[in-house]
Amino acid sequence: MRELAYYEAKLEALREIIAGDDRVHYIADVGTGFMGLSAQRVRFAEIAREFPERVIAPPISELAFCGLAVGAAMAGLRPVVDLITASFALEAWPQIVNEAANAFYMSAGKTRVPVVFHLLHGLRGGGAAQHSHSPQAMLWNCPGLEIVLPSSPRDVKGLLKTAVASDNPTVFIDHTQLFNVMGEVPEEDEPIPFGKADIKRKGADVTVVATSLMVQRSLAAAERLAEEGIEVEVVDPRTLVPLDFETIMASVEKTRRVVVADECHRSCGVAAELLARIAEAGYDKLAAPIRRVARLDVPVPYSVPLEEAISPTEERVAEAIRASVR
Amino acid sequence: MLVIRHFEEELIALHAEGHARGHFHVCIGQEATAVIALSFAGPGDYLFTTHRNHGHLLARGAEPGRLYAEIMGRRDGYNGGKGGTLHTVYPAGGFHHTSSIVGGIIPIAAGTAYAARARNTGALSVCLFGDGALEEGAAPEALNIASLWKLPVLFLCENNGKYGPGAASGAEQSRTMAAYPLTDLPRAYKIPAIQVDGTDAAEVFRAASEAVAKIRRGEGPQFIEAQTVRWPGNESNWPVAPIATRLPLAWDPGPVPERQREWYRSCDPVLLFARELVARNVASREELARIEEEVLAQIDEAAKFAIASPLPDPAEALRDVFAPMERA
Ligand SMILES: Cc1ncc(C[n+]2csc(CCOP(=O)(O)OP(=O)(O)O)c2C)c(N)n1
Ligand SMILES: [Mg+2]
Repeated sequence: MRELAYYEAKLEALREIIAGDDRVHYIADVGTGFMGLSAQRVRFAEIAREFPERVIAPPISELAFCGLAVGAAMAGLRPVVDLITASFALEAWPQIVNEAANAFYMSAGKTRVPVVFHLLHGLRGGGAAQHSHSPQAMLWNCPGLEIVLPSSPRDVKGLLKTAVASDNPTVFIDHTQLFNVMGEVPEEDEPIPFGKADIKRKGADVTVVATSLMVQRSLAAAERLAEEGIEVEVVDPRTLVPLDFETIMASVEKTRRVVVADECHRSCGVAAELLARIAEAGYDKLAAPIRRVARLDVPVPYSVPLEEAISPTEERVAEAIRASVR
Repeated sequence: MLVIRHFEEELIALHAEGHARGHFHVCIGQEATAVIALSFAGPGDYLFTTHRNHGHLLARGAEPGRLYAEIMGRRDGYNGGKGGTLHTVYPAGGFHHTSSIVGGIIPIAAGTAYAARARNTGALSVCLFGDGALEEGAAPEALNIASLWKLPVLFLCENNGKYGPGAASGAEQSRTMAAYPLTDLPRAYKIPAIQVDGTDAAEVFRAASEAVAKIRRGEGPQFIEAQTVRWPGNESNWPVAPIATRLPLAWDPGPVPERQREWYRSCDPVLLFARELVARNVASREELARIEEEVLAQIDEAAKFAIASPLPDPAEALRDVFAPMERA
């Protein structure tokens, strides 16, 4: 199978989606949208030029353009709204959380909102407190939103296809630090279903459940630990909502040890919720205390050593795994 | 103005050398607005700025070395490395909170004005923001409240979009703001609003002194739109200086690459001001050259100071999440 960089797979998916369905309208700052401030942002600008009628640059009005997309979705379009930096989604919270997430339920299943919100989350290196949010846990606390966290080239392409095809409001949460990851991507169209976890690496000793960039860090940690004789299984849920808990639990029952690695703040984060579910379902099946690797509970500082001090690094994942088998 | 210009140009060089990371914004082309308008702020006034803040802090006397240290994430930075370029504070100069969220500070500035009046301190708020901030819903909401409650706040909109890439070619009208001129927006809320040439120090002086006097007399919020032409170095996402500014360019912009020369000839507030000072016999070219030498030396010193400043202790990352209870 051919190898692509993550960013190539992501751009290819977007191009195919826009070209293949004229209900898709992409609302984004053309200079910094979709690929953020990465070097690949010019490639997104090329797509924007190719579809000038359907890739539109809005004013700096997140609340209004997210609401507009919700309305457009109710009325037959398939809008993809780009919040760019995930922190900017906080400006649009009322529309994402209180309108999009609730409309289908409040209408007793009559009003569909097939909108996609695209966010770039996480510690990007120097984003500081106001540009580094990982809002997936906050959003998970809002029933009615599908939450997607890709981690590989194949997944980003397949999951974006499914997100746009979905009839529900979907938050697609990406990470710029994944953009240069290489991986196999099939030539043919391969939408990846929501609610299907992927075992990114097989191993018998410890299960690491990881999301987004933390999948790549966990794989790197697993590589190092293999040399120490520890076989790590890395499970990537790929979507939090819907969640494939069965695959996660099957792995946990096999290894009887679990570490969850996620970039949200530690308290009430994605890791906290996953561990709560694992503990509920199988506390008695575990041979070691559960552990989480997450961002520490402080606003994100700017300076390099300060940011490093609160980050869920590869080294910290490895440490947690070692502690779990000790 | 000269300190700001040379500070920002040196910052671009420092960044390119890897001394600072991440995305950053410079105030080149907007020096006159900050320096002149902020000269009317008093010691107890509350000042607010945005992602494009370096010049504003320098205009209030922030030390270039400590500001560089913050932008480089060093221990001697004004925020101890926690804030970085997007969030620099300088409480001694009135900057207590700088937000990189577009529009974020506009309601907050109304809030400090509200408190100042409630506490009868006589202080006012000055809120500096870009033209883009008016696109955020927080802006009209805050303008409305400030007007209804007659709050002592100066809204100073730095419209750097004139003829820039963000605007339709050759026009002042932004592609992303239907209200035109921008002053229509505050006027809809009955806030007196005036448009000035932000590169013309004298015009900014008149407008700011009048607006501040009205606010201090209790006449409620005032709005100034200071128009500047986007500095060509801002064309890409990361600033790039086409030339290192030296005051002799005021009389001969020949050394500037041709594509950017017109901006330096007719839109550069620093060079325009230098030309005016000499034309009116306030200073000679030689005196200005001496001042520039001093400023360049000061900036050089500041950069060295910041580079030598140590990185913060990682344990600092966990401090300052909550204020300790103040004891009586
Ligand atoms: C809520 C929010 N949305 C988007 C951004 C990204 N952003 C940073 S600066 C900027 C442009 C701001 O334009 P303007 O207010 O005119 O300021 P200028 O940069 O021109 O000084 C944008 C969109 C942001 N920081 N905050
Ligand atoms: Mg602007």
